[in-house]
Amino acid sequence: MSPKLMVDPSKKWSGPTRPYDLVKEIVVAFVAVALLAGGLAFLFSSPDDPAVTLKSWALTNSADFAVTATGELAGTTTSAGYGAPYNTAAKGQHFGFIKLQDWAGVRIPIDPANDFVVKPLLMMNDSAASSAVAEWSSANADQQSTWATAYADALSKAEGKDSVADPSGTFGPVPQMVASLLTMAKSGALDGALITSDTPLPTDFTKSLLFLGDSEGYFADLASKQHLSGDQWGVMNETGSWPGQSWLWLFSFWYQIDPFKSSDNADTIVMLLMGVLTLGLMLLPFIPLLRRIPYAIPVHRLIWRDWYRKQDK
Amino acid sequence: MSTSSWTGRVRAATLEKMKPEDLLPEEQPAYVASWIYIFGVLTLAALFMLIFSGLVLTVEGPAWWHTSTIGHYWNSVHLWSVELFFIFMVVHLWGKFWMAAWRGKRTATWITGVLAFGTSIITAFTGYVIQTNFDSQWISTQAKDGFNAMGIGAYFNALNTGQAILIHVALLPLVVGVIVLWHVLLVRRKGVVPPIDNDGTIARGAKK
Repeated sequence: MSPKLMVDPSKKWSGPTRPYDLVKEIVVAFVAVALLAGGLAFLFSSPDDPAVTLKSWALTNSADFAVTATGELAGTTTSAGYGAPYNTAAKGQHFGFIKLQDWAGVRIPIDPANDFVVKPLLMMNDSAASSAVAEWSSANADQQSTWATAYADALSKAEGKDSVADPSGTFGPVPQMVASLLTMAKSGALDGALITSDTPLPTDFTKSLLFLGDSEGYFADLASKQHLSGDQWGVMNETGSWPGQSWLWLFSFWYQIDPFKSSDNADTIVMLLMGVLTLGLMLLPFIPLLRRIPYAIPVHRLIWRDWYRKQDK
Repeated sequence: MSTSSWTGRVRAATLEKMKPEDLLPEEQPAYVASWIYIFGVLTLAALFMLIFSGLVLTVEGPAWWHTSTIGHYWNSVHLWSVELFFIFMVVHLWGKFWMAAWRGKRTATWITGVLAFGTSIITAFTGYVIQTNFDSQWISTQAKDGFNAMGIGAYFNALNTGQAILIHVALLPLVVGVIVLWHVLLVRRKGVVPPIDNDGTIARGAKK
């Protein structure tokens, strides 16, 4: 057996060569991939479930809309208690002393009660709505919270209803405000009001999507039916049966297991973990044990099998 | 040749280190004979299809594909191109891992490859956010929590569709393009890593 050809991999190859045509390879690959992508697109198309709106929410599940709107006034929704970058209602997620969310500060100020309910109602030009808002605005924060919390409790007990009678005035102006907002939403005017509050030619849907995201009985329900929820590996799924972002499988995986899935700081921990793992992959050539794996498990014998066969002769 | 001027230094660091036969070779080392080698160029081809189909979609605007059969077809081409792109790229990445392709001062090639993978994932994510349909609404409302938890959301707002469109169409393709170009030039300059069992530096007990 002839001695094995030993080379320094950092030096230019001076051993045997074979003919190669780079340009031909590029052209063939590009044509093949173009045909493949074009063919797959023709055969399988792509999903396009229409966007939902505050109008479709109000028309489809008015009770959930009323509960959520009341929650915005009571300060009990996800947005109302979010923290940075929207408000100071919470400190946000952290990992030990690392409080990136809090440190970034409030750069997209959102006050859900005012931005999602009060300000849109002032645009309605409706006397009942205006009177209710005036009464709401003249009350102190404790009184507002008492009204809204009481109405939220009443709505939750009256399952499936978008309003509850208030003969004794326990709920203050809240039922009128919610009823007016529901009317506004059903007409489609609330969608426009929330996205045009900063500019008449909007590209920013933060307010309407945050409000929609606070819905538990409509938006989340639609997502769950499309297997898009976090506990359904939704990060890597697509609507229907189309492939989604399957490359996010590891990111999605952490949310399925403890201690991540039950942690209040799951997003921070998973994001940091993925950052560390990505850094590890990048610096793999410097990590002693991991960089030895290709030597220990000889998959390379399969990759270069023709070469080794010739070497062994 | 003088390299005292800025121009001279740039030329010495770039053009003078790249030979024409390395950039456009007509021969390869004899060991470059496996199907695994095609996945690099297939990834580039899928990237080209992504950019091309993306450019077609930009002409008529982000909502065109909802109302036009032709627009929907090109959106589908864009979707399937990204699926192919990641399949090819992951196979390419695994192949290079099992080859220990960072050997022989090719660490920068490995690192730029991983960087290209990471920035491609972010680019793809912004693409999913700007579909302007239910899927994008849901993805953006969920993803914002991850970005906000890292403090990133204060600067990149996943719910701001206009911001996401500009980042997806202008900024990130530029970043990915530069990294991929850098990666390809490193591959051409350093050549294809030789088989592990022929690694003379290992045989001599040198650092692996």
